[in-house]
Amino acid sequence: MLQIDHLTTADAKVTLDDVSFVFEAGKIYTILGRTGAGKTELLRALMGLNPLTVGTVKLDEEDITERPIRARNMSLVYQQFINYPHLSVLDNVAFPLRRQGKDKAEAHALAGQMLTTVGLGEFLQRRPAQLSGGQQQRVALARAMVKQSRILMLDEPLANLDYKLREQLREEFPRLVADNVESVILYTTTEPREAMELGNTMIVMHDGRVIASGAPADLFAHPPTKDTASVISDPPISFISGFVRDNCLYFSEGHLAPSEGLLLPADGPVTIALRPDAIEPDGAFNAQIGLSEFSGSQTIIHLDFDFGRAIMMVDGIEAFTAGNDISVSIRSEHIMLFAPDGGNITLRNNQNG
Amino acid sequence: MNKVYHTLKTIFLLGWSIFVVFPFLWALTTSFKDANAITSGATYIPWVDFEPSSQGWTSLFTTGSQGINIIGPFIDSAVVTLIASLVSLILGTLAAYGLSRFEYRLGFVKNSDITFFFISQRIMPPIVLAIPFFLMLKELGALDTIFGLVLVYIALLLPIAVWVMTDFFSGIPKELDEMAMTDGCSPIGAFFRVILPNSVPGLVVAGMFCLIFGWNDFFFAFTLTFTETQLLPVSIVSLNSSVTPWWSLSAFALISVAPLACVAVIVERYMSRGTMSGAIR
Repeated sequence: MLQIDHLTTADAKVTLDDVSFVFEAGKIYTILGRTGAGKTELLRALMGLNPLTVGTVKLDEEDITERPIRARNMSLVYQQFINYPHLSVLDNVAFPLRRQGKDKAEAHALAGQMLTTVGLGEFLQRRPAQLSGGQQQRVALARAMVKQSRILMLDEPLANLDYKLREQLREEFPRLVADNVESVILYTTTEPREAMELGNTMIVMHDGRVIASGAPADLFAHPPTKDTASVISDPPISFISGFVRDNCLYFSEGHLAPSEGLLLPADGPVTIALRPDAIEPDGAFNAQIGLSEFSGSQTIIHLDFDFGRAIMMVDGIEAFTAGNDISVSIRSEHIMLFAPDGGNITLRNNQNG
Repeated sequence: MNKVYHTLKTIFLLGWSIFVVFPFLWALTTSFKDANAITSGATYIPWVDFEPSSQGWTSLFTTGSQGINIIGPFIDSAVVTLIASLVSLILGTLAAYGLSRFEYRLGFVKNSDITFFFISQRIMPPIVLAIPFFLMLKELGALDTIFGLVLVYIALLLPIAVWVMTDFFSGIPKELDEMAMTDGCSPIGAFFRVILPNSVPGLVVAGMFCLIFGWNDFFFAFTLTFTETQLLPVSIVSLNSSVTPWWSLSAFALISVAPLACVAVIVERYMSRGTMSGAIR
């Protein structure tokens, strides 16, 4: 078990602000946040690479805050595929084992097994520079995993790979780390899909703070704050100013918003959040198409309403011409409401939001 | 267009090569001439233009009025240059690593100021340093000794090593050090096991500069020695008398250039900057 209490840093590009959490062994924690949210900073602080101004790091109840980096029993895979250029692939992976005191033969045997697991059994004697980007990152992953350290940290490990390789490694990742049952695995990413797909628990970071955590599906369905909803939504969720009056929901320009099934709060201002799938073609709301883009097998259309901008997503590749008018409907079951302080105040009939 | 460019490039490089090599060929032919061949106008091809003579070469290994024995100065030069270069490279590399990886602050003095301080040692004209060096060596009883020259040369070569290696280490990502530490190395272990093996090109360049500047120095070798110790550049000058022995001077010049040329040919392949590829992407 890894426990962090009130981690705060000062001397870094992004500072951590009172981060506390308890990580359990055998689980994969995905840390989701935008660039600059403090994900890398958190990993570096855990590793001892960046000094803490306040806070403690405990591993199995033992305080390791002041322990040297080399003695922390942690592994880190960087976003940039960092390997030792002067060593062969086999020696790269054997390097941490040799530092643990294992003899060369044993270290090479274990490194060879690990490299076979990550699919690089044929490239043992090559130098990292002779491998493709995906293969280089596998070497880095193998070197981190072969140590069997208690904490395995992966800092956006797929970010520098092309789309296909990213998909491939993302699929393989659970198999690759399956043997690390004693380890806490921390995986940072900026991609909500990746975070939800890979993590047992998802942690959302924003401005150097943990703003939400929980099961990925729950967090996606019921983000506790506006910031959380914003971070975990891809394509982006749209926020539109509105208000409640006489148990009716209005967009800011006085347009009545759909609210069937919603238990509306008392009269006052609210932020209405529209997920891309909350808007569908054909309906009572008129908008102008601002931009149309394809994402895989879906089309994302940016719409300009009288009351604000929102994003609609439709299945299939469809041509929407920018500048044209379109009528759409808004499905109330995909609407969320946030209070002016950012808290989620969505309540539905027979169900808490 | 490409072909024209290629042709022009080839012609330029050919012309430049001739420009560089010609002085060596000239010195080589001159070293095999005697006084008559020297004064009889421009001649280049032995046995055709002039009758070759080994006088220029044999006089370098003869003591007395017939020439000067250069074996002693050659060994002195080699010892002083190699020891001073090695010590400068070791100290300079360690200092450069510290300057590139750790932040020092003493009042208003920061890393960049310390680096500039090292470089500033080379900005000063040698004459400014000569008198203090002379007085210091005199106090130490190290005037006209190899030990004294080694001390002075270390002071002169250290800034070069620090300068070159600081620049080189700045190009190596810090994440490589961090990776080594997460893999179980101490900070010193990370330097010796990971950074140093990947710094061969920088070490070669710094080492070459140290060897060149140390081997070719005339001024300090001249001002800080008298009779006991004599380095090669000073010996060359001592060959000059009322009649300039161009044949011996040419042979001497070739011998003094030879070690550096050999070292350059051997280490040239290490000087490419390609070894960091694969470290970080």
